[in-house]
Amino acid sequence: MSAPLVRAAATQDIGEPWVNITIFAAFVAVTLVIVLRASRNNRTAADYYAGGRSFTGPQNGTAIAGDYLSAASFLGIAGAIALNGYDGFLYSIGFLVAWLVALLLVAEMLRNTGRFTMADVLSFRLRQRPVRMAAALATLAVCFFYLLAQMAGAGGLVALLLGIEGTGGQYVVVAVVGLLMIAYVLIGGMKGTTWVQIVKAVLLITGAAAMTVWVLVLYGFNLSALLGDAVQTALAEGSTNAEGLLGPGLQYGLSTTTKLNFLSLGLALVLGTAGLPHVLMRFYTVPDAKEARRSVVWAIWLIGLFYLFTLVLGYGAGALVGPEAIRAAPGGANSAALLLAYELGGTLLLGFIAAVAFATILAVVAGLAITAAASFAHDVYASVIKRGEVDSGAEVVVARRTVVVIGVIAIVGGMFAIGQNIAFLVALAFAVAASANLPTIVYSLFWKRFNTRGALWAIYGGLISCITLIAFSPVVSGKVDPTTGASLSMITNTSVDFSWFPLENPGLVSIPLAFFLGWLGTVTGRPEPDHDALQAEMEVRSLTGAGAEKAVQH
Amino acid sequence: MSIADRPAPVPGRQPAGRDTFSGVQASDDFAALRASFRRVIFPTTAAFLVWYATYVLLAAFAPGFMSTRLGGSNITVGLLFGLGQFVSTFAITMAYRRWADRTLDPAATALRERVEAAGVRR
Repeated sequence: MSAPLVRAAATQDIGEPWVNITIFAAFVAVTLVIVLRASRNNRTAADYYAGGRSFTGPQNGTAIAGDYLSAASFLGIAGAIALNGYDGFLYSIGFLVAWLVALLLVAEMLRNTGRFTMADVLSFRLRQRPVRMAAALATLAVCFFYLLAQMAGAGGLVALLLGIEGTGGQYVVVAVVGLLMIAYVLIGGMKGTTWVQIVKAVLLITGAAAMTVWVLVLYGFNLSALLGDAVQTALAEGSTNAEGLLGPGLQYGLSTTTKLNFLSLGLALVLGTAGLPHVLMRFYTVPDAKEARRSVVWAIWLIGLFYLFTLVLGYGAGALVGPEAIRAAPGGANSAALLLAYELGGTLLLGFIAAVAFATILAVVAGLAITAAASFAHDVYASVIKRGEVDSGAEVVVARRTVVVIGVIAIVGGMFAIGQNIAFLVALAFAVAASANLPTIVYSLFWKRFNTRGALWAIYGGLISCITLIAFSPVVSGKVDPTTGASLSMITNTSVDFSWFPLENPGLVSIPLAFFLGWLGTVTGRPEPDHDALQAEMEVRSLTGAGAEKAVQH
Repeated sequence: MSIADRPAPVPGRQPAGRDTFSGVQASDDFAALRASFRRVIFPTTAAFLVWYATYVLLAAFAPGFMSTRLGGSNITVGLLFGLGQFVSTFAITMAYRRWADRTLDPAATALRERVEAAGVRR
């Protein structure tokens, strides 16, 4: 199965850049037409932020899958499985199981009590301005880290597909992605963004399904044979621990620190999803809580199936392409899925999968941009600065301007983020979401006594502890490859080392800390004068749907 | 609910009755709805988090066990447990949806219609 020919081909440029670009341009053209058509009736805030709340559960579930399955999970997980085997698989399990938190604890009650943003729910029964401000800052922080990850991913992807070595070409790609993102969100609002995500999800899942079936056919639908061949390929390349591909430990089992790292990551993944603002915002695009539930059910099926596909694709890339060729390719582990596509279906399949990967990045950044813009315009501008004295048309104008600003920040930040570890940036976004957002969401939905001080301490405590711990972790400074002496940190100067926090993911400390601070703030703080009445209203509305925002009739 | 339509804090003295959310919250019907909802979601959440934690801890601290091959195949215990996480997630999703559609929704809808018909305010 592992012909030497493949290795030789993979070390050079693969595929035809013009095929990749043509397929991608077709995707952009189709989605722009869809976005233009969706842009009618985009005047009120409910239209612009929530697509008129008129999407069905299955539509929204597909869009959620499109929003959630980022390039990091497609390219990153397949690559991690190809190189580290079982340890890569652990990522996808955390990403999937996390959806049960959203299904059981968050989606329906959020839909019943909020309007546009996460802050709507958090500030419902607390003091509006400080809580909204805190929730908006946490939202913007998560969106920022996630956007950087996607932009860095876009830059890295082009290195592989166009064979561009220098940073100039990558800058151009980042700028193109940013400008397209601005166009989609500016013109189409949430409705346009949702359709882009639906189209992308269908393409991505279809492409992954086709490759999965292809790989399975080669092995007679025998998973054991596929795994065996992945081990054989690694052995043939002289791997000393090829058997390790089938069990845990290759990546995370080295020492107690790496094991704790793994626990920390696992905790952040499983609790982060239900606190991701761009995921939460999607629950407002359906007419009621029942459809929000159906959305999550659909999303879980699509996302779960997709991660099962990546298991086959990852081991398939390990078996058919081989770890050596994957490591040698520009883009490293992230290129595993693309090299497998080339190995299976040649230039055309590679072009399709590459275009899908670009589309993936576009759809995800568009979702992030509209979330960040809504949070700034609705929470910071309308509620905190203008104290609610602003009509929804003026608010949408501010939101659109914010989109442009966010686009520019994303482009500039993305250029700086090229070469950064994408998986780390995504994990950081999840850690902030799990620390700053989830404890406050859970407390405000389920804990009667929860009050403003509790919310502020939990949000700021989670946010600040997360970012501080990361800044003093080996990710930022002081991590050196023991064999080569090269720096593995963000600051590549190995003489600079101010790290004292040993873990690369702060979740293990920051998540329990935020829950604790939320409790401590609440028991030491005082309730607002209307605490009981507002708590009663929120609880009745969250469970019955009374007074929930209705779909917009055009 | 935005700032614009959020009234000034309601004075503390409210008639405790069906006309306020506090009244609804104190009613037996609502208490029953909340109790049945929490009886389902809290134990389920605890169960899947414990199962996930077990899996993660085994992967981190018992790699030998997780790498055990099953029979003569290349399928390991760890892979089976991992696929088990998928199965349990799908199963919980289907079971919850079924329960919510059949039990939660009718009760919630009945209560919502009463609340909206009565024009319940804060």
